Amino acid sequence: MIRWLFWGIIVAILCVLPRFLGDYTLYVVSLTYVYVTVAIGLNLTLGYANQVSLCHASFFGIGAYTMGLLLAQGWSFWLILPLSGIFAGLFGAVIGFPALKWKDHYLALITIAINIITFFVMMQESWLTGGPTGVSGITRPSIGSLSFTSDINYYYLLLVLFILAILASIWIVNSKWGRAFRAIGLNELAARGHGISSFNYKLLAFAVGAFFAGVGGGLFAPLLRYISPDAFTFFISLEFLIMIVIGGMGRIEGPIIGAIIVVMGPEVLRMAEAAYLIVYSLILILVMLFMRGGLVIVLDRLREAIPARIGSRR
Amino acid sequence: MANFIQLLIGGVSMGILYGVVAIGFVLLWQTSQTINFGQGELVMVPMFLMVALHIVLKIPFWPSFVLTLLGSGIMGYLFERLMIRKLLPGGVLVIVIATLGLSGFLRYGMQIAWTPQTLFFPHLFSTKPIELGDIIFSPEDIWNIVLISVIIIVLHLCIKRTKLGMAMQAVAQSRETAELMGINVRHIITLVFVLNSVLAGTAAVFAAPIFFVRYDIGIFLGVKAFVAAIIGGFNQIRGALVGGLTVGLAETFAAAYITTAYRDAFVMILLLVVLLIKPEGIVGIKEEAY
Amino acid sequence: MPLLETQKMTKDFYKLRAVSQLDFQVERGEIVAVIGPNGSGKSTFFNCVTHIYPATAGRVYYQERDITGLPTDKIIRLGVGRTFQLIQLFLEMTVFENMLLSVQEHRGTLLSRLFTKDDSGDVERAHEILEFLYISHLKDELASNLSYGQQKLLDFGMVLMPRPELVLLDEPTSGVEMEMRGRIMDYIRELNKQGQTFVVIEHNMDVVMNLCERIIVLDYGEKIAEGRPEEIQTNQRVIDAYFGVEE
Repeated sequence: MIRWLFWGIIVAILCVLPRFLGDYTLYVVSLTYVYVTVAIGLNLTLGYANQVSLCHASFFGIGAYTMGLLLAQGWSFWLILPLSGIFAGLFGAVIGFPALKWKDHYLALITIAINIITFFVMMQESWLTGGPTGVSGITRPSIGSLSFTSDINYYYLLLVLFILAILASIWIVNSKWGRAFRAIGLNELAARGHGISSFNYKLLAFAVGAFFAGVGGGLFAPLLRYISPDAFTFFISLEFLIMIVIGGMGRIEGPIIGAIIVVMGPEVLRMAEAAYLIVYSLILILVMLFMRGGLVIVLDRLREAIPARIGSRR
Repeated sequence: MANFIQLLIGGVSMGILYGVVAIGFVLLWQTSQTINFGQGELVMVPMFLMVALHIVLKIPFWPSFVLTLLGSGIMGYLFERLMIRKLLPGGVLVIVIATLGLSGFLRYGMQIAWTPQTLFFPHLFSTKPIELGDIIFSPEDIWNIVLISVIIIVLHLCIKRTKLGMAMQAVAQSRETAELMGINVRHIITLVFVLNSVLAGTAAVFAAPIFFVRYDIGIFLGVKAFVAAIIGGFNQIRGALVGGLTVGLAETFAAAYITTAYRDAFVMILLLVVLLIKPEGIVGIKEEAY
Repeated sequence: MPLLETQKMTKDFYKLRAVSQLDFQVERGEIVAVIGPNGSGKSTFFNCVTHIYPATAGRVYYQERDITGLPTDKIIRLGVGRTFQLIQLFLEMTVFENMLLSVQEHRGTLLSRLFTKDDSGDVERAHEILEFLYISHLKDELASNLSYGQQKLLDFGMVLMPRPELVLLDEPTSGVEMEMRGRIMDYIRELNKQGQTFVVIEHNMDVVMNLCERIIVLDYGEKIAEGRPEEIQTNQRVIDAYFGVEE
């Protein structure tokens, strides 16, 4: 009951938030929603199923280009958005094949290679992607007379989809899929020994993780109204990794906390790009050295400590 | 034909550089199952060190070189003692993430602390082209090939012939057995980290005039070295060398004969192809999985 | 036709022959023991049958069907259950999650597993089995918090969850205390009466002699004897293999 109240208050705050934000801050919060969606995907692939993906920016990019290019062909946003996810998901399933054979560092390198290759394709195949200049003039959607063209309306659309993405990830994690993902991640031999197909679930872990990233990409393109390959480099993949590692891998709250810190942190601290990259790299090392569970552990401790306090007052 | 030989020399000179960095990679993996995604930065930092000593402080070349290697060694020592030692029990993924963090820290640290600009480093050897019939090549390439080959041969002899080298081999074979033989495995691992950094530092000095000195050069070199190690075969030192040469030659020839646009992506495609066809690497040994 | 049959199964690790030309049959309703000195290829045999790694040569038939080369999980879903010599659990999950994981892939389709909750029959059965093994009070503990003996019992319980027709047990009673050992043996007999077939790798001769109707003895990957317990006890080759041949 208290939990529902808590989440209700949070959602209410997010609903009234735009009234208090300037244009730029509104954009940053909107961007955070997009990045959380992608990070949720990576968390499913890496956090739960333990399959290293350092090419989530590719999946993100495929979603974004699907949106940008098909919108230009006059397709409807509402049709393209699921397609962005599906295209990225199919690509993810293909990328999952190396994961059947390779683990950890090999998979890390293979997926880095994939990211570098997709980046080159985006840069070079200008007939399709527009090359280094990318795709511009991307429009925002509307339903009937309700238009999402203004920043504030698009914010609300993103908010709704952001909440849906979180609910969907909670659903998946608590389903038998989620349990099988964790099983494959924890002990593949035991999983196979109990009839859990590593083939199915590894590909699925990549496909589902890529689906979320693709949808994120589909939302990203109209937010910026312009996309170019720079937004989908290996370093962006690294940022997604940083998000879930800082937040907490294999936890629902992980990507949310992580994305908030990674996207909003630099804006709040008003740091130069290189400066915050140093800080985040350092945090990555420190988290691995001292707090492998991520910042969500801090939340857990708070949650434990607060009831104890109330109890002691009695 | 002349063109072919010129490209061959260029490719080998490039490849042998990748090979040296890749050898360090393989040594780390064999003795401690460490995958260092910050390997490229272990080359980048000595490059800047060299610039600082030789160009900024105007210390003559050889003392600068020795000091750079010393600095590299210390960096490797700290890397092992402060980070890897604590992370090893956490498994490969933990090390992958932490070394990715390290690479970012060093890279952007250098950008902020010094400069985002590209610095030039004077050529160590004459670049005045030598003409041999139709073939035109740079003495720099030949010197690089010869000197780095010498370094690799010396390294090889040290590993095969000296007591310390044999202890390293023993640790690579089996940590338990090495411990039973009375080898201090911890010390050997520390030593290998120092050795790796010194090798990377050496590569840095040779690479500085060719690739120029820039804070993000490490990504380029690190990824190439890693790819070289995998293409050649992760469980053998000569695999790293073969892999390095393959990468160097492949990108040189691909750029000349296929397309320059995909020059850097070509190496990645090569990596995927090798992993599909001969996953243990070109000269690697198959490991039975269980 | 036998329930499980291997024909000329061979497994080499590099140049070491771990299992050699093994012909093996299990009839429906049997309890068979596989014994032999350490390193005689018993676990390797299980691993080849369930394709944890591929056999170098030979074929495996289950329910008259050639299952050679099928993926492990597929073989398991056909109704083969197995334990490993080293306990294989999902250590960072609760005991109850472990139990449910062992059965979830035996029901429904891949897609339905995203939308359906756990079968209520399975949940009930998981409770029953944990109850029987005296570990039901631990059902919400992480598997990593269990003692070795308790983990062993959980492992055993998980294999039984999907009611496999053929159960391959790799040392089911090692590290389990006396009283529980008796209970496990009684349980195996009971399930056997209900129609489940067991192949058991075991070092404890009491267990082997009491439980099994037929014994197969391996040495250096070869079958050196096969027969009823009392025949095996007096077989000279078996005694030699276990105690060494005196020159």
